[in-house]
Amino acid sequence: MSNEHGTSVKTYLIIGATLLVLTVATTLIAFVNLGPFNPVVALTIATIKALLVILFFMHVKGASEKLTGVVVVSGFFFLAILLTLSLSDYLTRSWW
Amino acid sequence: MASIGIPANQAPKLNYLNNGHSLKSWLLTTDHKRIALLYLISVTVFFFLGGFFAMLIRLELLTPQGDLMQADTYNKVFTMHGMIMVFFFLIPVVPAVLGNFLVPLMIGAKDLAFPRINLLSWYLYITGGMIFLHCMLTGGVDTGWTFYTPYSTAGTNTNIVEAGLAIFLAGFSSIFTGLNFIVTIHRMRAPGLTWDRLPLFIWANYATSLVMILGTPVIAITIVLVAVERLFHLGIFDPGLGGDPLLFQHLFWFYSHPAVYIMILPSMGVISELIACFARKRVFGYKFVALSSVAIAVFGFLVWAHHMFVAGISLYAAMIFSFLSFSVGVPSAVKVFNWTATLYKGSISYATPMLYAFGFIGLFTIGGLTGLMLATIGIDVHVTDTYFVVAHFHYVMVGGVLMGYLGGLHFWWPKMTGRMYPEAWAKLSALLVFVGFNLTFFPQFILGYVGMPRRYWQYPPEFQALNVLSTAGASILAVGYLLPMIYFVWSLRYGKIAEANPWSAAGLEWKTTSPPPTFNFDETPVVTWEAYNYDEIPPWERRAPVAR
Amino acid sequence: MHDSQATTSQATVQVTTAEHEAHNPALVHQFADAEQQKNAASLGMWLFLVTEIMFFGGMFCAYLIYRLKYFNAFAAGSQSLAIKWGAINTAVLIASSVTVVLAIYAIRFGRKKLTVAFLVVTVLLGFVFLGIKSIEYTDKFREHHVPGANFHFTENFDDNGKQIPVNPNEVQLFFSLYFAMTGMHALHMIIGIGLMSTLAVLTWRGHYSAEYYTPLENAGLYWHLVDIIWIYLFPLLYLISRHT
Repeated sequence: MSNEHGTSVKTYLIIGATLLVLTVATTLIAFVNLGPFNPVVALTIATIKALLVILFFMHVKGASEKLTGVVVVSGFFFLAILLTLSLSDYLTRSWW
Repeated sequence: MASIGIPANQAPKLNYLNNGHSLKSWLLTTDHKRIALLYLISVTVFFFLGGFFAMLIRLELLTPQGDLMQADTYNKVFTMHGMIMVFFFLIPVVPAVLGNFLVPLMIGAKDLAFPRINLLSWYLYITGGMIFLHCMLTGGVDTGWTFYTPYSTAGTNTNIVEAGLAIFLAGFSSIFTGLNFIVTIHRMRAPGLTWDRLPLFIWANYATSLVMILGTPVIAITIVLVAVERLFHLGIFDPGLGGDPLLFQHLFWFYSHPAVYIMILPSMGVISELIACFARKRVFGYKFVALSSVAIAVFGFLVWAHHMFVAGISLYAAMIFSFLSFSVGVPSAVKVFNWTATLYKGSISYATPMLYAFGFIGLFTIGGLTGLMLATIGIDVHVTDTYFVVAHFHYVMVGGVLMGYLGGLHFWWPKMTGRMYPEAWAKLSALLVFVGFNLTFFPQFILGYVGMPRRYWQYPPEFQALNVLSTAGASILAVGYLLPMIYFVWSLRYGKIAEANPWSAAGLEWKTTSPPPTFNFDETPVVTWEAYNYDEIPPWERRAPVAR
Repeated sequence: MHDSQATTSQATVQVTTAEHEAHNPALVHQFADAEQQKNAASLGMWLFLVTEIMFFGGMFCAYLIYRLKYFNAFAAGSQSLAIKWGAINTAVLIASSVTVVLAIYAIRFGRKKLTVAFLVVTVLLGFVFLGIKSIEYTDKFREHHVPGANFHFTENFDDNGKQIPVNPNEVQLFFSLYFAMTGMHALHMIIGIGLMSTLAVLTWRGHYSAEYYTPLENAGLYWHLVDIIWIYLFPLLYLISRHT
């Protein structure tokens, strides 16, 4: 399941630099008042960072089979189920 | 398809059982078959321990007054019964005993993908079990197996942390077993053994393993949070400090509901194997049965809050979960219908494994239908926390899981030990189990319906007659479970020596000796046939799978 | 699916033991060839990572629910965390993930010493992370923000200059989750440091080569996941309502 046809050192360093830039960005944007969008932006940036790590550092992009991607997606999918269905309770409690 | 022609009375050549006799060769084994036997012994011990507590419950409930023990003791007794049976018996039993033994054999592999992790799984289970025994002997736990907060975090002064640690370790045992199975089934199938040729027992264990991997970590973290709250007096689940007890229940049931699918799915896999063999037919709708296992595994994660209908969740969430709970019944029903269709125009014989399979189909159907009743909010608000629920889950867990396990144990006993069990005694035990089971648990549906609450150590006198029936049934059931203990052990020395394929069954496991050699096959098989190719047996080789 | 279906693996099964050993001294008996073994190990590690996602996920669920319920208290708690340490730690972990991928890149070309060097830097960065976390924990201890008997929180939620009083119990919940989540993360960091140190030693001793470096790869996957968890922890814990 590894990316034998190597990601190059240059790519690794670029991704690494991108991650650092995104870290700076998310920290600075936190100080700007975007109202309800602050958490949305923060989590979006976090997700982009996570995706970069997963795709490039963990070699999911260019993996020899689709199974790797399926495993990763299913992990996050079931976490999403836990969060969403729990929220379906908490967010609707006041609807009585 | 023919058996590989080992004469019944030939002394067994080197096999996994006689390949090394020292204690070390067993306790440090990495052979999946030996590990399966280690589990067999351990889960059986826990089963009888859990059964002992069940006996105490039924004895107490013979009379309406609480006269056998104190109320607090009764709380501990049903908690111990539940925790032992759920975490140390039902969850591991079929995957760790039958699955461990059969998965590599059925796919033509030499062992599981990670044999040392397999051994680690057993040691985690044993360590968890020992810690639990210690907890039990030093006072036990009285919260119910569901250890709801805030009682478990702030109310009780029993040893929750120790019980939690035991369950945490058993959970990791489960996770590693599931991990091993998934990798083995993906990576180590024999040449030609494509996914659509796999035995349904493999599909079932695969689906079970998905649940183990995805669900168990959530109860692990929940136990950690409960322990941290108990030890450091935090308020994550404490309403007095702003915490929400329902959060605990959401996290708890997110695992514990799929956990019941960990219990039933492998047992359903056994039933598929038994029905095909003893009807001498391919399983009807193979693809549907295979995919229904995966569907149950996935859908099983969407329904957990049906345990919380009256706990205080929002009505809208309750309706969503009720609807989803109905949908999870569909793949189960698909299986039952397909098994029935398999029987149609089959050449049916009634060896003990088949008796258990029939029992399973009937009892699981009742259990499943009553589950749908419980998924209906309008009914649930009346019967929740009554004996109706108790009866429902015992029908699926005992009438379902346990009967499937016993059927499988009998079916594969010759393969595992090289000996046949005594058929007449086995049939008698199956009958006792069936009668005893129904007498124990059917009255409980009625008791719950007329209002007897669960986990109470006394009850109104008008409920006594049904309780007495239930206890009487339990005593018959106990005999039905003790007999196999005796005759299985007897058979190890005195049972008829089994040939490689005494049932003329399909499946790679039957193509090697009984018992198999340590590395399973002398040559890796190459598979070119569909699963359950019973119709391909030449007529002169067809015979009813009578115990020989 | 690329599983062991090809006839080549069947042919491989029938090879003599001499050829079997020529493949790879680390080949274990249940696998037909080194590639099958490597793919199995990789899938196994990915499945383990899924369990870690679900394990931490339970705490993320608790966090999500309480943050929605007690937003002001959570914001007040978040505002009392040192954002600079959190940001620096995020950068430290990102750098350590880079050194991990470079270590694996190096071993693929058989550059043993370079691999060890990168692994050592990874370990050092891990220690830097833990060091900064201990500074933060010490600060929290001194400020009486550690949940328990000595918990004492007097700040208000600063909402754009408006001071809103918050319920200390609710803030304590924030800190309970803060310590639970970062503590569990730190525990995983410690395990990761242990893993990487061990692998550095083993690499130095020549156990791994361009042909066989599977444990390094899999440990790398683990390390990256621990990084990803922090990538989410940082904004969730440190960046609530900072614009005020």
